[in-house]
Amino acid sequence: MKTFINKTDSKLTNLVAFDDMILTTELPTTAGSKMLDGYVSLFEAEVVNKLKKAGYNLAGKVNVGEFNVDLMGETSYFGAVTDESGNLVGAISEVMKDTDIVATIAVDVNGAQRRAVMATDLVYLKPTYGTVSRFGIIPTACSGESVCVIARNASDLEKILNVIAGHDDKDGTSIDDSRMNSEKASAKAIEKVAFLKDMFAISEKDACEAKKALESVGVATADIDSGVLSKAGSAWNILMSAELTNNVSRYDGVKFGYRSSNYTNIDELYTNSRTEAFGELLKTAILYGSEVLSTNNYDKMYDKSLRVRRVISEAMDSIFAEYDAIALPVASKKVFTAKDVADNAYLAYEESRFTAISTIVGLPTIVKCGYQIIGRAFAENALLDLLRKIEKEGA
Amino acid sequence: MTKYETVIGLEVHVELATKSKIFCSCSAEFGAEQNESVCPACCGMPGMLPIVNKKVVELGMTAGMMLNCDINRVTTFDKKNYYYPDLPTSYQTTQLFAPICVNGTVEITTSKGTKNVRIKQIHMEEDAGKLVHDDWTDTSLVDFNRTSVPLCEIVSQPDLSSAEEVVAYLERLRSLLRFAKVSDCRMEQGSMRCDVNLSIRPEGSDKLGVRTEIKNMNSISAITRAIEYEVARHIDALETGSEELVQETRRWDDIKGKSYAMRNKETAGDYRYFPDPNIMPIVIDDEWYDSVKKTLPEFPEVKKARYVDKLGLTEYDADQLTRSRALCDCFESASATCGMPKEVANWLISDVMKMLNKKSMTFDMLSLDGNKLGQLIKLVEDGKVSRANAKKILSIMFDEDINPEEYAEKNGYIVSNDTDQIASIISAVVAGDPKAVADYKSGKEKAIMSLFGKCMRELKGNCDPQVLKELLIDIVNKA
Repeated sequence: MKTFINKTDSKLTNLVAFDDMILTTELPTTAGSKMLDGYVSLFEAEVVNKLKKAGYNLAGKVNVGEFNVDLMGETSYFGAVTDESGNLVGAISEVMKDTDIVATIAVDVNGAQRRAVMATDLVYLKPTYGTVSRFGIIPTACSGESVCVIARNASDLEKILNVIAGHDDKDGTSIDDSRMNSEKASAKAIEKVAFLKDMFAISEKDACEAKKALESVGVATADIDSGVLSKAGSAWNILMSAELTNNVSRYDGVKFGYRSSNYTNIDELYTNSRTEAFGELLKTAILYGSEVLSTNNYDKMYDKSLRVRRVISEAMDSIFAEYDAIALPVASKKVFTAKDVADNAYLAYEESRFTAISTIVGLPTIVKCGYQIIGRAFAENALLDLLRKIEKEGA
Repeated sequence: MTKYETVIGLEVHVELATKSKIFCSCSAEFGAEQNESVCPACCGMPGMLPIVNKKVVELGMTAGMMLNCDINRVTTFDKKNYYYPDLPTSYQTTQLFAPICVNGTVEITTSKGTKNVRIKQIHMEEDAGKLVHDDWTDTSLVDFNRTSVPLCEIVSQPDLSSAEEVVAYLERLRSLLRFAKVSDCRMEQGSMRCDVNLSIRPEGSDKLGVRTEIKNMNSISAITRAIEYEVARHIDALETGSEELVQETRRWDDIKGKSYAMRNKETAGDYRYFPDPNIMPIVIDDEWYDSVKKTLPEFPEVKKARYVDKLGLTEYDADQLTRSRALCDCFESASATCGMPKEVANWLISDVMKMLNKKSMTFDMLSLDGNKLGQLIKLVEDGKVSRANAKKILSIMFDEDINPEEYAEKNGYIVSNDTDQIASIISAVVAGDPKAVADYKSGKEKAIMSLFGKCMRELKGNCDPQVLKELLIDIVNKA
């Protein structure tokens, strides 16, 4: 059971860990896949570079599910992380336990990181899409993947965010600093939070605890229906699989990564390398992604999902006209077991319905105690302020 | 007997004349060592993100403007998925949903008159790498120098009906794109190549026949032969039933003079296009559009007419010069400097073109500074440098960046006006050749020429021949 896939053995302080989707030059980056076992990048991710420059040291590379699309890291080639009773435990929470690692930097594609911290004391922040460079992130689903931070409290999240946020010329989707700053300056404090009541209705987690905590710091709460937001999971599964199919097609055994020793021509080289090196869930995603992009299905599946993304974004805007944030549970259950994923191969897709809401439109999100709070674009600081107030109240 | 007509549409790929590749800063120049111009981005390594080269978009717009297209003010890139070892990411970034240009026309002239060929669209895309097969070890090696070299693909409507029209169309495209410096369009270096879509139908029919596509043609003569072969094959198939025509992609073997169906695997497939989420839509605002529009050159025939009407060149000279934008640029700046366009045209057509040919350079490779050529011509016309010496200076100017006047002074090429000095040199020559003097005096007029030549040599050519001749005769007569 590997929490770190690779680790530095330094006695340094000011440590941060990176999940194994983030390219480092001193340690291999595997994406949790046999395909990239031992792969060492020629260049470093911008987030790694920025944190090093700010005086942070690399603790190691945290285990991830294969290409980061599973439920909680259970599809990693290097093994799932579970506790004695067979519960899935996120590698991130294990890595952060009893160490002085300040934070783990990860890439959130399908919510695995949010689920990994839902049963812990850790807090999570996913900043607005485009505020943190994706340069040097092993690509999976580029239109929604975001660098996220997992730490012990709001002030550590903020410390790290201040280092990693900012424009990067090497990422064409990176937002200009001037826009980022002006948006931030005009961000409103969080005073009213909308709870998606139908999402709570399908979760073991009820809303009471969160409402109490928010009200104790003077934030008003109200229940609303999620409406079209409930379609985010299906739409994101389609977009994510399509982009994933495309992004992992470069691993063909020709240039880098795993190459089968069993081939007599180029087609066998492709097929056998990929068959031998990719796991089952990823293969499912690749097939699904190929299907939704095929000429027969493009309009009714892929293009439709792009439209759904837009409709969701508009629905969010109208919610934000009245409320400052949206609250919902991270998952349908408080704890997932190894048996759950063994019994239901599509669990990661199903659970997407909770996490995809903020992923598909790239909005900032915090997680604490199994709740997600989604803010307006560029409202990271308002979310962190709220988190800090709740921490102070000891809620 | 049924008469058939041929229906042809072309997809022409031209390499855009940028210094760097389309999504990274690697050099896009031809001729580097294998795998020299590569980086993690164009090798498809995970984690690199595409950053669009602005120059590529500008050249795409320029191409569209030259071919009378509408420019899409919001243009996007898409991913096209297929596996091939020369394609490092296993997808090609290209444009499907919103290409940079649509709806253009190109006027061509053939023996049957002029005709408009409609352009369906122009899109920008990246090139793939190159496989190098080593038969000796039975392996294939990949050269990634060409991956992500920027291309634009010009797709015509099926408006062409013969090899002659295809050739006229290609030559017209080449001329326009070279003039606008969009591409050097050199087929032999692969910077212009085309796919020919061809079908035949009974004359007058409005139904299209079965279409075949001949891929990757890269010489005008091969294209002509391939079209003639395909037309014959199609007619033969329809008339005699020798084979069943199927829609397919074919490869032309120019040595055997035959086309072959490509294996299904190389062509079949669903490319699963989708918009590239890493490249934001490119918005072309009025300011950007206008700034590109301003850089457009005159069309070659407009220039030609102006050269004849306004600058007084002959049709022939104007025709010669407008074969190349580089020649035109040089001509225009030299004429502006010296104010003698006819004289400049003479120099360019007789001397400069000859020098280019001698060095096996194309006219577009001319890098002569027009302003300096103008200065040199002025030196000759002002009688400061002799024509023969000016030619020597011109050949130096071809390779080196020199100032013609300074160079002439430094190397003693300035014509002398000092008649005393000239006279003393003549006297010395005449004194040294009493036989020639005697011959001349005895009526052999020609003898004066050998004396003239000797004097000119002594003077290193720096003397007005008329002045020299008069002084010489004078001195010989007195001798």
